[in-house]
Amino acid sequence: MSDVKKFMYLNRRAPYGTIYAWESLEVILIGAAFDQEVSLMCMDDGVYQLVKGSDTSQSDMKNFMPTYRTLGDYGVRHMYVDKASLEARGLTQDDLIEVAWEDFETEEEVDNIVEIVDADQVAKLMAESEVVFS
Amino acid sequence: MKLAVQVNEGPYQHQASDSAYHFTKAALEKGHEVFRVFFYHDGVLNGTRLTTPPQDDRNIVNRWVELAEKYDLDLVLCVAAAQRRGLVDEGEAQRNGKDATNIAPKFRISGLGQLIEAAIQSDRLVVFGD
Amino acid sequence: MADLHTVNKSPFEKNSLETAIRYSLAGSSILLLEDGVYGATKGTAMEGMVKDAMGDRKVYALRSDLMARAIKEDRVIDGVQIVDYAGFVDLVEANDKVQAWL
Repeated sequence: MSDVKKFMYLNRRAPYGTIYAWESLEVILIGAAFDQEVSLMCMDDGVYQLVKGSDTSQSDMKNFMPTYRTLGDYGVRHMYVDKASLEARGLTQDDLIEVAWEDFETEEEVDNIVEIVDADQVAKLMAESEVVFS
Repeated sequence: MKLAVQVNEGPYQHQASDSAYHFTKAALEKGHEVFRVFFYHDGVLNGTRLTTPPQDDRNIVNRWVELAEKYDLDLVLCVAAAQRRGLVDEGEAQRNGKDATNIAPKFRISGLGQLIEAAIQSDRLVVFGD
Repeated sequence: MADLHTVNKSPFEKNSLETAIRYSLAGSSILLLEDGVYGATKGTAMEGMVKDAMGDRKVYALRSDLMARAIKEDRVIDGVQIVDYAGFVDLVEANDKVQAWL
């Protein structure tokens, strides 16, 4: 049995109002050392986690949004965003951060791994994953 | 079947810890293996030895301790979440200059790698939260 | 390939049941537990959505949570199967993985 599993991190909550977004990110960062096949799925209010321009200078909270931009360096190959959730919130791809990814062995590069997916694709991607972290 | 269980919420505030406990117990009674129960987010609050719930209600912390004693369960509190919420064992007290510990027996504090490892090693990860 | 989807929040509080239904494939199972069991009751605004889901998915509700919330069996939507924790464990084993819709 292969030790490499398809991990999916399911994010459905907005950042800052609760700690779930940040602590889920911490799992991804630590998980990088385990070399699994990792994807992130943002849906419902989770799409807000990827919106650019966050400024916490007046909130006295740590701004962890820059960490999302580094996820390509932490073994995350796909950052999926649910189209219906995005549209319901009046957002488009232009509102979202861009995250670069590179495979240092093959030198394959992707400019932006943040990808909007429709409902059928979301269901398929989730079914194909082997472990879902909620 | 080898199971990993994750508990995301503290005792009493949400039903998550109760559901996780009853599920874990049922799995063990059926002869399945529970590789680890990992407590994350406010779930680390299940690991305090200082609760005094009313006498006529269930004792959530003690229930986990008794289950761990009976089945040699590995109950792990995430260190980062525990530090944020003030769950302290001897090691953490020394490292971070705290003047007390409050962890319940049979619980241990360790890193998020324990959750990842549990997910890799187990056949199923079952998450309880809010 | 079939997954077990768990829903523990009331469908009147959160959209988790709706989302679980939308993103689960035909052949999958949905287990309602904790406040999620309110989604299994007859005569609510959610009944149609749950019945539609049962067209190609199996829906289960946890007995102890129904009982605690005074939902008697005859008030549970026809076709929803009531299970106990042992049944929950069996569902976890019978499906490929578990997706928690919190």
